[in-house]
Amino acid sequence: MNRPTLPDGLVIVVKRECETCRMIVSVIEQLINGSLPVTVYVQDDPTFPESLAPIHDADLSVSWHHDIETVPTVLRIENGVEVARTVGWVRDEWERVTEQSDLGPSLSAFRPGCGSLSVDPDLVDELRVRFGSSTLTSRRVDVADAEDEFEAMFDRGWTDGLPVVPPTEQRVMRMLTGTTRQPTDVVAIVPPDLVEITVEKVAINAVMAGCKPEYLPWVIAALEAVCNDTFNIHGVLATTMPVGPVIVCNGPGTRAIGMNSGMNVFGQGNRANLTIGRAVQLIIRNIGGGRPGEVDRATHGNPGKLSFCFAEDELGTPWTTLSESRGISCTTDAVTVFPGEGPRCVVDQLARDPESLTNTFAACLRTLHNPKSVLAFDAIVVMGPEHARVYADAGWDRDRVLSEIHARLQIPGSELIRGANGIAEGVPTHLSGVTLPKFRPGGLLLVHAGGGAGLFSAIIGGWANGDIGSQPVTREVRA
Amino acid sequence: MTTSANRFVLDPTNERRASTMERVGRPTSLKGLTVGLLDISKARGDVFIDRLEERLSEMGADVKRYKKPTFTKPAPVDLRHEISINCQVVIEALAD
Repeated sequence: MNRPTLPDGLVIVVKRECETCRMIVSVIEQLINGSLPVTVYVQDDPTFPESLAPIHDADLSVSWHHDIETVPTVLRIENGVEVARTVGWVRDEWERVTEQSDLGPSLSAFRPGCGSLSVDPDLVDELRVRFGSSTLTSRRVDVADAEDEFEAMFDRGWTDGLPVVPPTEQRVMRMLTGTTRQPTDVVAIVPPDLVEITVEKVAINAVMAGCKPEYLPWVIAALEAVCNDTFNIHGVLATTMPVGPVIVCNGPGTRAIGMNSGMNVFGQGNRANLTIGRAVQLIIRNIGGGRPGEVDRATHGNPGKLSFCFAEDELGTPWTTLSESRGISCTTDAVTVFPGEGPRCVVDQLARDPESLTNTFAACLRTLHNPKSVLAFDAIVVMGPEHARVYADAGWDRDRVLSEIHARLQIPGSELIRGANGIAEGVPTHLSGVTLPKFRPGGLLLVHAGGGAGLFSAIIGGWANGDIGSQPVTREVRA
Repeated sequence: MTTSANRFVLDPTNERRASTMERVGRPTSLKGLTVGLLDISKARGDVFIDRLEERLSEMGADVKRYKKPTFTKPAPVDLRHEISINCQVVIEALAD
């Protein structure tokens, strides 16, 4: 629907329900005797104000398209263009906008207005569809009256095995308010089918995942981060190994949208954590065409393939954050994606010195995927606050913690060669005289998260690293 | 983009029908045909492919060997094209 043009002169938008609007009727009567033509739009009662022949903005089209958020609003229009506006009743402001003096001499100088009907929470979703949905280009899929809409989503193969929120126009339009990007903007090319995905399609899947609009920029950033040759979501999806995209979120926005970085950080119960990761995976399924048993060939998979997304505990960390270590300012929102399996627990309840605790981390990390596997896989160490305190008390920074772990994971080739320790798996026998590191340089990522009680941490094992597989990718989140 | 239904949802998919390509007919014999053997670069895939090459050669096929740079990514388009113009039959070997 086109934006209605406003007549030149003064335009005043009111509703009878608003006491301030009723109070300023006498002011409007004063203005009618002035030099500028006056047009009054009323949102609710078409007869108000009776003396002023108002135009009923019955469908709220004028109010919606001219961004009326408060009534009364007075605008001055010249040659079809708005040149001044004020809201509520502030005498000085009205006199400025209307270019008249001595308005409402018997009234107090100031009275706030009321909310416009066009921003009424009960109406706004419907109005957004009425005036904005023509921009949506996705196919409309009919749902029969007798059909259970949740079952209909399952029947069409659109879900990850859990119910999804049906993506109605109203919900998708509301979701799109979470970004400044246009619905037609292309966000990424999604494997495995290598299909362009627009902001509109991201929003549809975000609705289905259960996201709020303020999560949408995070979903978009995570999608940009996984859909490229560096992260290689195609391989992460197709592999027989049990990995999926793990999304670590940093920045003040994680607190603004209510993400969990503390107790039960990987678990159930937090909407933002769970639905952002879920939206990304639904997009790989629905847009990319990546489904279990088809391109997804995982032997076991892991429950995190439904969603594995969490925030770093930035307020409690003794260190710089993960995204800072990857070149992003701590005031900038960012996501880091990592091809990860499910988390495993590191228990050490007795260590009170950093050397002892580091020995535990090294011993646990040594077993990652296979105690004899080296260099092939990265890992994230998610340090619990009680473990981090041991390092903080000793003055160890992030780099020291990681370098001390690396130093303890330099392994003689004789322990790693095929057949050593009665295990066929291993490196070629010609490497028996060489010392090999468990992790490549930069192959360990460190994140601070978890509840305040418990001398535990977690390890998230990775997948084939480097150019042959996947590299972690960090992307800024943009509104 | 209009609908006459009382209720509808927006399609979350890529709205592409699965593209199907007609396969060439299955040959009755491999004798004299060029058979491409594509190694996806997974461990011990070559053991399997070596044996296939042996058996196919015994059957009179002309065998050509190909290898993907890494098993984690789709075969590069140039490699796919090369196989398609050089071979009448292709066998992709997966080891796991």
